[in-house]
Amino acid sequence: MRQFIRGIAENNHYQATHLLQILRQIQSRYHYIPEPAIEQLSELLSIPRPQIISVIEFYSFFHLIPRGQYELLISDSITDHMLGKKSLLDYLANKLGVAVGEVREDGVVSLDNTSCTGMCDQGPAGLVNGYALTRLDHSTIDKIAALINQQKPLDEWPNELFQVDDNIYKSGLLLDQQIEQGAALKSAFKRGLKETLKEIDYSGLRGRGGAGFKTAIKWQFCSEEQQSVRYVVCNADEGEPGTFKDRVLLNSYADQVFEGMTVCAAIIGAKQGFLYLRGEYLHLQDKLQSILDQRRQNGLLGNNILGAGLDFDIEICLGAGAYICGEESALIESLEGKAGIPRNRPPYPVTQGYLGKPTVVNNVETFLAAAGIAVNGGDWFANIGTEKSKGTKILSISGDCAHPGIYEYPFGTTIQTILNDCGADDVLGVQVGGPSGTFISNQEFDRKLAFEDLATGGSFIIFNSSRNILDMVHNFTHFFAHESCGFCTPCRVGTSLLQKQIDKIVEGHGSAGDVVALEELCQLVKNYSHCGLGQTAANPILTTLERYPDLYQDRLKEISYEPGFDLDGALETARRMANRDDAGAHLAQTQMESEHE
Amino acid sequence: MSKTITIDGKTIPFEDGQTIMDAAMAAGVYIPHLCHQPEFTPHGSCKLCTVKVNGRNCSACTYPAMDGQDVLNETEELIEDRKRITQMLFVEGNHFCPSCEKTGNCQLQAVAYHLNMLDNHFPLFYPDREVDASHPEVMIDHNRCIFCTLCVRASHEKDGKDVFAISGRGIHKHLIVNAESGLLKDTDVAATDHAAHICPTGAILIKRTGYQVPIGQRIYDHQQIDQVSLATEHPKHGE
Ligand SMILES: Cc1cc2nc3c(=O)[nH]c(=O)nc-3n(C[C@H](O)[C@H](O)[C@H](O)COP(=O)(O)O)c2cc1C
Ligand code: SF4
Ligand code: SF4
Ligand code: FES
Ligand code: FES
Repeated sequence: MRQFIRGIAENNHYQATHLLQILRQIQSRYHYIPEPAIEQLSELLSIPRPQIISVIEFYSFFHLIPRGQYELLISDSITDHMLGKKSLLDYLANKLGVAVGEVREDGVVSLDNTSCTGMCDQGPAGLVNGYALTRLDHSTIDKIAALINQQKPLDEWPNELFQVDDNIYKSGLLLDQQIEQGAALKSAFKRGLKETLKEIDYSGLRGRGGAGFKTAIKWQFCSEEQQSVRYVVCNADEGEPGTFKDRVLLNSYADQVFEGMTVCAAIIGAKQGFLYLRGEYLHLQDKLQSILDQRRQNGLLGNNILGAGLDFDIEICLGAGAYICGEESALIESLEGKAGIPRNRPPYPVTQGYLGKPTVVNNVETFLAAAGIAVNGGDWFANIGTEKSKGTKILSISGDCAHPGIYEYPFGTTIQTILNDCGADDVLGVQVGGPSGTFISNQEFDRKLAFEDLATGGSFIIFNSSRNILDMVHNFTHFFAHESCGFCTPCRVGTSLLQKQIDKIVEGHGSAGDVVALEELCQLVKNYSHCGLGQTAANPILTTLERYPDLYQDRLKEISYEPGFDLDGALETARRMANRDDAGAHLAQTQMESEHE
Repeated sequence: MSKTITIDGKTIPFEDGQTIMDAAMAAGVYIPHLCHQPEFTPHGSCKLCTVKVNGRNCSACTYPAMDGQDVLNETEELIEDRKRITQMLFVEGNHFCPSCEKTGNCQLQAVAYHLNMLDNHFPLFYPDREVDASHPEVMIDHNRCIFCTLCVRASHEKDGKDVFAISGRGIHKHLIVNAESGLLKDTDVAATDHAAHICPTGAILIKRTGYQVPIGQRIYDHQQIDQVSLATEHPKHGE
C-alpha cells in the first residue's frame, strides 16, 4: 500500500490541491481510505491529519470504514422513485443479501442510496464503483447480482448495463450544429479578443448555471484584475436533481465546450483551466481526456495555440459526491483539495478565486454558447429569445412524459408548448429549475421560460395527476438536509428541522400550529443561510404551500398540539427487548388520540 | 475626510479593511456573535451577527464596511430571528446548562439571555455525542460543541499546531482531534494552549479548575454579554 500511495502522490506532484483526486484513487482501489494512507498522505502532502479526515468525511464517495468491493449506489432522485425505485431497491437488497446502507458480511458488496446521478431520462439509475448504471429493472438487477456474486471484474460486465443515451429530442440554435474544431478560436483571433468580448456582450449571453449573471461582464471584471495569474473553470458539477444536459453536452459537444473555455482564457489572460466534473460522470472521463489530447495534438491547447501566442491547458478534476460543490466558491475550495464549503463574499471568484487568483467560473452550456457566439457573432444569438433573456436554453426533461430527454428552446417559450412536445398529458404540475426552483401548477402553463419569469438551470420535472405533491416535497427536503454542507447554523440545523417537520406532517402527526411553524422556519432558513443551497432549501415547501395550502391542512390532526416527542415510538426498543407488542405495551400520544380509539 | 457607515441611524467611522463588526465594536456598538473573536480570522458561520446592510442580510463579522452603508442591527425582526438561530444551536446539541461547568461563563447561554430566549422553540435533536476525558488536563464534551471553529483557528493561528478540525457534512458535523486514536490524550494539546481556553461554550474545559469561581459570581451572572464583549473584546473599551 505504501508504494501505491507514494506512486499516486508522485503522479500528482505531491500537490495538496490534488487531495481529492488522490483520495478518489485510494477509495477506488481499497474501497475505503485506510488509516495508514491518511498518515502517509499527511506527510507526503504536508496536510494535517484532521484536515484530510475532514475532507474524507465531507464527500459522500469517500469512506473511513470499508465498503464492498462492489460499491453499489442507487439514485434517490424523485424521478427514480416515480419509476419504482423503492421496490427495485428492496429487490436488489434481497437478491444480494445485503441491507441498504450496509456492507455484506463477506465484504464483496455494499448497497446504499445516493443523490440524483443525472440519469433522470433513463432511470432508475445507480452507480457501481462510480460508473453509471441506467434503466434498472428486475432483469438487469438479476444480471448485476449474478455478476457480483461471481465477482466478475467490472470491465467484463456487459456494456449494455452502462449504456448512457443522449436522448436529444429537440435541437435549436446550439444543438443543431456543432462548430468546427478550432473555428471559435480562429474567429476570435481574427476579429480581435476585445471585439470578441464585445460580441459576447452584445449577444446578451447570461450564465446558464442558474444565477444568470451576464457572461461578458464576468469575463471583463476578471480581465481587469491587477494580477498576472488567472484561471478558467468549467462547472460540470450538475448536481441539481433532474438536470442532465451538461452530461449530454460533454458527451457529444465537448470539443465546443473546451473551445469556449479557451476563448475565455484568451480574453481574460488565463493559462490554466479546469473542468470540474461531478464524480457521477466518471464514465465520461476517458472520452473527455482523449478529446483534450486531440486538441493538444491539433495545436488548440498547450503552448502557442494556433500560433497566436496563447498558452493554455485544461485539467479534468472529479468531484466525489457533494451537491454543494456546484456552488462556485465551494467548487473552488474543492478544486483546491478541500471540503466544499462556500466562501464568504466578497471577495468574489472573479477577484479572488482558485488559489486566491482571479477566476471565471461558468456553466458548461455557457461556454458552449460563448464558442458559438465567437463564430457566429452576437446577433446570431441576440435575435432569439426575449428582451431580457437572449438565445436558447437547453432543458433536461424528466418525469411523467412520453419522451424524457434533452430539448432546446428559445427563451420565451411557454410551458404548455414544452409539455406538448415531450408528450405530457394529465399534468398536475412541473418542477422548474429542480428542487431549488419553483413548482408550478397546471393553472400556470402559459408562463414562460425566461430569467424574468421561470428561470431554470435546466431541470424540468413533470408530475401527472397520479402523483402526490407531498411525496415530492418530502424527497426534495430530505435532499437538501443531506446535501447541506453544515457550515452555517440556519442551513445546517434548519434543513434538518425542515426534514423533521415535513416527516411529521407527511406521516400524519402534524397539528394545526405546525404549518405556521413550518412556514416561519422556511423563512428563517431562506433569509439567513450563507449560500444558495440554504437560501433555496425551503423552496419546495414554500412554493407548494403557496399553491396547495389544503394539501398540508388535510394532513393535520384535529388537535391543536402534537408533541415533538413520539411517546409510543420511544417505547419501541423496550417492546423489542421485552418481546411484547400487546395493547398494554403501547402508549397513546395524547388524550384525544386515546379517546378516538 | 474619514469614511462612515450608520448603524441604527448612528454614524460610525471606519477604516478601509474593517468589517462592519470591527467598526461597530470600535464604536461601542454590540452586535451579537458567537463564532467571532477579533484576534482570529473571521469565519462567518454562526450567523448570529446578521445585520441588514442596505436592506440585505449580511454577516457583520465578514462583510466589509463600505462608505455610506445603512446598517440595521437592533430591529425587532433581527432580534427575534437571532433568537431562533440561537435556539437552533441549543436543540442541535445537548446543552443542560444547570449541570454544565461553564454555566455563567458560557457565551451561548449569555447570548440566549441577551436575546430573551425562554424556551427551545424547536424539537430537541438529542444527538449521541461523547465526552473525551482522556487527556490529563484538557477535556472535550462534544455535547456542547457549536462548531464555531474558534478552537481550530486558535490552534492553527496562535498555537502553531493543528490539534482540532471540524469534520463531516451537514448535521453530521463534528469536532475531531489530531491523533490516530482520535483521542485528545494522543495529541500535542497543552492546557496552556490558546485553543484550550477559547471555547465559547462548555465543550472544551480545563480539568480541575471547575467551580473555582462559584455560580453566582461568574462573568455573565451580573453583566450582560454586550457589556462584557465591548469591554473585553476591544482593547480601547477595556480602559
Ligand atoms: C447549491 C448550488 C449548486 C449549484 N450547482 C451548480 C451546478 O451544478 N452547475 C452550475 O453551472 N452552476 C451551479 N450553481 C451556480 C454556480 O454557483 C455559479 O453561479 C455558476 O456556475 C456560474 O456559471 P454561469 O454564470 O455560467 O451560470 C450552483 C449554485 C448553488 C448555490
Ligand atoms: S447555506 Fe447550507 S450549504 Fe450553504 S454554507 Fe450554509 S450550511 Fe453550507
Ligand atoms: S469545541 Fe468549542 S471552540 Fe471548538 S468548535 Fe466546538 S464550540 Fe467552537
Ligand atoms: S459571529 Fe458572524 S457569523 Fe458568527
Ligand atoms: S452552559 Fe452553555 S454549553 Fe454549558
